[in-house]
Amino acid sequence: MGRIQLKSVTKSFGDVQVIPPLDLTIEDGEFTVFVGPSGCGKSTLLRLIAGLEDITSGSIDIDGADATDVPPAKRGLAMVFQSYALYPHMTVRKNIAFPLRMAKLDQAEIDKRVEGAASVLNLTDYLDRRPGQLSGGQRQRVAIGRAIVREPAAFLFDEPLSNLDAALRVGMRLEISELHERLATTMIYVTHDQVEAMTMADKIVVLQAGVIEQVGSPLELYRTPRNLFVAGFIGSPKMNFIEGPEAAKHGAQTIGIRPEHIAVSETEGEWSGVVSVSEHLGSDTFFHVHETGLAETITVRADGEVGFRHGDRIHLTPRADVIHRFDAQGLRIE
Amino acid sequence: MARAVTTRRKSLNTILAWAVGLLIFFPILWTILTSFKTEAQAIASPPIFLNFNWTLENYAIVQERSDYMRFLWNSVIIAGGSTILGVIIAVPAAWAMAFVPSKRTKDILLWMLSTKMLPAVGVLYPIYLLFIRLGLLDTRGGLVVVLMLINLPIIVWMLYTYFREIPGEILEAARMDGATLKEEILYVLTPMAVPGIASTVLLNFILAWNEAFWTLNLTAVDAAPLTAFIASYSSPEGLFFAKLSAASTMAIAPILILGWFSQKQLVRGLTFGAVK
Repeated sequence: MGRIQLKSVTKSFGDVQVIPPLDLTIEDGEFTVFVGPSGCGKSTLLRLIAGLEDITSGSIDIDGADATDVPPAKRGLAMVFQSYALYPHMTVRKNIAFPLRMAKLDQAEIDKRVEGAASVLNLTDYLDRRPGQLSGGQRQRVAIGRAIVREPAAFLFDEPLSNLDAALRVGMRLEISELHERLATTMIYVTHDQVEAMTMADKIVVLQAGVIEQVGSPLELYRTPRNLFVAGFIGSPKMNFIEGPEAAKHGAQTIGIRPEHIAVSETEGEWSGVVSVSEHLGSDTFFHVHETGLAETITVRADGEVGFRHGDRIHLTPRADVIHRFDAQGLRIE
Repeated sequence: MARAVTTRRKSLNTILAWAVGLLIFFPILWTILTSFKTEAQAIASPPIFLNFNWTLENYAIVQERSDYMRFLWNSVIIAGGSTILGVIIAVPAAWAMAFVPSKRTKDILLWMLSTKMLPAVGVLYPIYLLFIRLGLLDTRGGLVVVLMLINLPIIVWMLYTYFREIPGEILEAARMDGATLKEEILYVLTPMAVPGIASTVLLNFILAWNEAFWTLNLTAVDAAPLTAFIASYSSPEGLFFAKLSAASTMAIAPILILGWFSQKQLVRGLTFGAVK
């Protein structure tokens, strides 16, 4: 079981309040991702849940029991750190066994569980090596192994993939998602990468300056962002924002239209502009269009076969049913 | 670009380094040489460098007159005891300052170091009186405590610099893994800091071994270490250079050998943290 409930939690460092009063419930078995730009308080929030930082006020319940003053060791949570934080002087076996040793399990049980975790994570051949002799991906797996042997109520991941190279990151992302499917344990995952958030999460919590901007499933956030910040943060390439008369036409201060919701044409369309940069990804092409009179740049996502080049004048047509409207406060207008 | 060093420049540097090294080492070399001379040769003018009748007589006399082993044992106990006790106290202190720093941590560290600037003689009187009151005069236990206190700032400082190099996340991982504070320090921090702790131990053992002020002032017979052993040869009946040299050589030999074998750790310990 791993239902985690934050009630009016705040955190201040000295006079600076980094987390204003915040309420959040993470259901048992849910894969929750905290996402936001750096310095938004997402790691701090995770560390509050872990107990590595004391909350300034409010309370944290884990499985219905007040865990606010429970030390990290007794909260029944396991954490995977950005730097892996393996014990460099211990072998992989000892690293994975460490939490079990601390729990005073008998040796036979420890061996059984370590072997089990190692085989799940493809680490069996590396059990007698030291972390220094492993690659980044293997170290990451050891860190995960050390977390799963404890059979925790919830896993906490603090940007676990940011030290890996791009290819490995995609692989580990899948492995973590599979692990979640198999264990069905609550996972809380912190990242600044919205792609990780979108691909892995059951529930995304978008944070900015310690404040929750929106909570919802990846598609909810994509389809109905509650405000300009979430609209701009979720989705890649970023949503286009248009102000002025064009927005007024839709009865809004600002309208937002995603690059993938704009059709391009050589001959006709609602808007027109000049291609400044075209990025060919093979499957897709991104056009950065200037001189539209709407915004400085309009980004358009088109099929990989579309071949406009720098300096070409093109015509754009937004899909009317997916135009997002925001008021003067930046809030969504339904 | 690395600076180009010519061969000539290199050999000049080598010669200079050797010259400085020999200059520093010369008093010790002279002491060792003198210890093998007769008393007459020891004070001969002009001084005799190597061309004398080598003799072990001084060593025999010194050993006959005073029990070297007893002094040696006292030195080992006092230097070893104060170092071990110091490390046991300093590890948690350095842990706290390195991993749970407060606004005042830097000030506390500087304050601790500033106690080393105080002339020892300034506290001799109160400590002497305390020792009389507590019956600690001429006891090894008393000296262990005093020398530990004298060197504690250095031990804490050295360990603090070492601990600062250890990523805090690893200790947090231990905490998440269910380790108590004691287990965290015992199973994670200490093993990771072993090289640092080793050089700290070595340096402080040497400092305690060489410490003369307190050992001479607070001991008489029972707890007298090798410093007292040497001092006993600058005797009122006149200076016997050859015997004094023999005693000195015997006193510094163990620490010289220890230092020789551990120079790598010592250099590493003293320069640790200077370069990442």
